[in-house]
Amino acid sequence: MTVTSPVLPAAAGTATAHRHTVLRTLLRNRLAVVALAVLAVLVLAAVLAPLIVPYDPNAQNLLQRLQPPAWLAGGHRAHLLGTDELGRDMLSRVIYGTRVSLLVGAGAALLAGTVGTAVGLVAGYFGGWPDRLLMRLADVQLAFPAILLALAVIGFLGSGLGFVILVLGFTGWVSYARVVRSEVLSLRTRDFVTEARAIGVTDTAIIRRHLLPNVTAPLATIATLHVAAAIVAEASLSYLGLGVPKETVTWGGMLADGQLYLGTAWWVAVFPGLALMITSLAVNLTGDALRDVADPKAYRR
Amino acid sequence: MTLLELDGLRKEFGARHRTVAVDDVTLTVHEGETLALVGESGCGKTTLTRLLLRLLEPTAGTVRFDGRDLAALSTAELRRVRRQMQVVLQDPYSSMNPRMRVHDIVAEPLVTHDPAARGRRGRAATAQRVAALLEAVGLDPGIRDRYPHEFSGGQRQRVSIARALALEPRLVVLDEPTSALDVSVQARVLDLLAELQQRLGLTYLFVSHNLAVVRQVADRVAVMRRGALVEVGTAADVFGAPRHPYTRQLLDAVPVPDPRRARRTRDTAPPANAPRDPAGPDRPADPTGQVR
Repeated sequence: MTVTSPVLPAAAGTATAHRHTVLRTLLRNRLAVVALAVLAVLVLAAVLAPLIVPYDPNAQNLLQRLQPPAWLAGGHRAHLLGTDELGRDMLSRVIYGTRVSLLVGAGAALLAGTVGTAVGLVAGYFGGWPDRLLMRLADVQLAFPAILLALAVIGFLGSGLGFVILVLGFTGWVSYARVVRSEVLSLRTRDFVTEARAIGVTDTAIIRRHLLPNVTAPLATIATLHVAAAIVAEASLSYLGLGVPKETVTWGGMLADGQLYLGTAWWVAVFPGLALMITSLAVNLTGDALRDVADPKAYRR
Repeated sequence: MTLLELDGLRKEFGARHRTVAVDDVTLTVHEGETLALVGESGCGKTTLTRLLLRLLEPTAGTVRFDGRDLAALSTAELRRVRRQMQVVLQDPYSSMNPRMRVHDIVAEPLVTHDPAARGRRGRAATAQRVAALLEAVGLDPGIRDRYPHEFSGGQRQRVSIARALALEPRLVVLDEPTSALDVSVQARVLDLLAELQQRLGLTYLFVSHNLAVVRQVADRVAVMRRGALVEVGTAADVFGAPRHPYTRQLLDAVPVPDPRRARRTRDTAPPANAPRDPAGPDRPADPTGQVR
């Protein structure tokens, strides 16, 4: 006997159609579109910085110190966002600051995400002593204030962009590990994992095929939060003078410099602060949108 | 011919508060038959299936498949045996990875066991096989690019069955395969299972608490209570002349769709829920939720 299934319309879903739906869902969220556009502009600015800046960001001109932005009294069209206490062009410096911020944010999130996800998958799936060991490690890590650890490590090993990424990456893995582990704990009791084991699928394949794809939604959310946090943390380190060498332009360093002049020349601190805020907001909004899209049930209609 | 042999199989959970989930079960399943395992929720049915699929380690006893002791097999040998025993689980909503397309779900056993099914060259052959399997269970092969959440419970269960048949197994463990489905869909899935069994010479271990379904499909019936088997016999014997009082109780608990007959049985037989043991009505819920 042949059983025909009465409720099956002709297959409409092909792989390409599916990708289109993802894109369309993402585009329907207006806020996400704006955030994505802002991120795109920031990435472009970072990549093309040497080509688009009007001045060398480190070129000093002591005759034109603390010039206000162009639209204020005393401002000049030559320096759209004004100049800082050494007469350096603010616009050029803000654009150059994007490079360090994005690099640190993405680098730290990538590093922490890779380490944390691996730890969470192993701890959650295998349980037992690997789980206990890894989670105690995570507790120890959490007991240390991240910024203090960063200060200590940078104090010992020396400063530099690479160290900053390394430190922020290795202090951030715990939240990934915990979230992934708890997701895996609930996933591994689901029937599809049991069936995969009954079929004889190897542990590595189960982790790769059944567990990892099902934790991407929370991962995307934490990763974006972490990108934003790392950008701010880098700024804090630079503000404390411990981030990257002084001649590298960073928003945190600019904030630190500008603080002294907040009463007389607010633009020196406000513009890098604004850039920092806009960047972390855009990253966070993109993360929210990504999380919604990553759930296959969310784009059903 | 004996395909599956359980001998003195026992499983205890918990260190301090010991729970005996499966209590010295000895049972054989013959090639080509449908053996139904019945019993109330929490009686250890599911744990027993996990033991015989070797997803759980037994506390004592052995499982022999085709004469080979599963506990004595190496990892590679166990994988080879796993080709021959497949499982369809109860809940069609959690038995599929929501992130995988139907094609990948059905192809998973093939890709796992058959190196030829992997890679670029194998892809076409795998796609063909998947299409044939989907057709065999009455689904349109055009659905292969879709995700599980787009289907109804009955359709998902068909996909599950297609996956279980992908490797042409000898034994299929059906763990309450129809209990999450509504009655009309249930009937169609049971018809499909019967048809496939005939065509492919499958052996079924059919786990259920639904005696109406069991009566329809089983050649032999094993009744389980509190982890132990209380009665094993042909379906005709168990349903016609139950020997153990618990079997009788179970049979009486089956709702009878004819009100006049129902009234008659109610007057003569003791109510099904009356003679409970003082030890407590039910065993604690099956702890196999935390398998592994």
